Amino acid sequence: MLMTAFNWIIDHQPEFYQALGQHLIMSGVSLAFALAIGLPLAILIINRGGLAFAVINIINALRTIPSLAILAIMMPLLGIGLWPSIVALTILALPPILLNAFIGLRDVDPDAVEAAIGMGMSRGQVLRKIRVPLAAPAMFAGARTAAVQVLAGATLAPFIGGGGLGDFIAVGISMMDMSRLLVGAVPIALLALTTEFTLGLAEKFFFAERSTA
Amino acid sequence: MNWAPKNIPEILTATWQHLVLSVSSVLIGLLIALILGIISARRPKLYAVVLTITGIIFVIPSLALFALLIPWLGLGTKPALVGLSSYCLLILLRNVVTGLRGVSADVLDAADGMGYSPWQRLIGIELPLALPLIVSGIRIALVTVIGIATVAAFIDGGGLGTIILMGIDQNYTEKILVGGILTSLMAIFFDVVLSQAEKYLVRGRS
Repeated sequence: MLMTAFNWIIDHQPEFYQALGQHLIMSGVSLAFALAIGLPLAILIINRGGLAFAVINIINALRTIPSLAILAIMMPLLGIGLWPSIVALTILALPPILLNAFIGLRDVDPDAVEAAIGMGMSRGQVLRKIRVPLAAPAMFAGARTAAVQVLAGATLAPFIGGGGLGDFIAVGISMMDMSRLLVGAVPIALLALTTEFTLGLAEKFFFAERSTA
Repeated sequence: MNWAPKNIPEILTATWQHLVLSVSSVLIGLLIALILGIISARRPKLYAVVLTITGIIFVIPSLALFALLIPWLGLGTKPALVGLSSYCLLILLRNVVTGLRGVSADVLDAADGMGYSPWQRLIGIELPLALPLIVSGIRIALVTVIGIATVAAFIDGGGLGTIILMGIDQNYTEKILVGGILTSLMAIFFDVVLSQAEKYLVRGRS
């Protein structure tokens, strides 16, 4: 069955690469949007107690909505296609990015903050020079979780006409064609595992020194 | 709201299916995680191996995991149950092992000194002390599985995802909302109830 799947890919390379490309673009763009919204938002709310409380609660409520429902609801709102999927995936990626960044910024070693204030730094300077650099590992960890979630969510995009590798799974199930199923499932699984593994290594490489300190 | 009031029985059936599917997946997962956790808690090398395997399963996107199971198990509840319960293994295992490891060596020594057999020590001392963390693992696993179980509808696993998929196929917003909101409410309900149970257990301790 795996051989049949592999041969199918060889015979249908343009189709496969198009789906792979859609999958990667969809995931990459959504992740970039979520980072562009989530990180500044975390920095914005960190010194504003009331606003932080509201945003964190909204995000926590958002987390309980299943990804299938978030994708599905884009259809009546934005129609079908790539963009509605990107909006949905951005919403999916936001909670881990924002929550990790927020917790990282909040739980920075109080001694470091106090020392910075003692040195005469303003609140803004403490944020920029102490909190943000020290929270970087937490922010990265959030991005890593989000990346894997977005890749998984992108698998569901074919339901709303977003394309991607999930298309092969959808076709495989509707035709009960096992090898077509694998054409989608195996690359998706490998993609997610490679991403998780690579980002995990990157995390160790960049932040190992600090986390042991 | 035109569809929902007229189709209460259908909605209730889907909700019930969703509940049964999610809860039984977590229970199966818990059983396996307890066995794996008890065996590997004091064996770091074995634990690393088990953790890697369950970690790999956890990273595979749910639809792909289901799709990989279909050639062996076909469509329906069976692959849905297997997929969902293997999905929550990582969460449950981590909490079981952290809980078991959290039991201090002094307590274990005292139990041994009182003549407890390893089995008695496990049932009477280690598991009860690990209970708050195990419950916390059950909470996270259940909330996660309730969300992912919507995808099981696509492989004929039933549940609230069926209503969402119907909504997508017929471009019927109300069905998407009913399916999505009921799923969220179910997740929030168990999150709150099990958090309370956790607090109660921790308080009973001190």
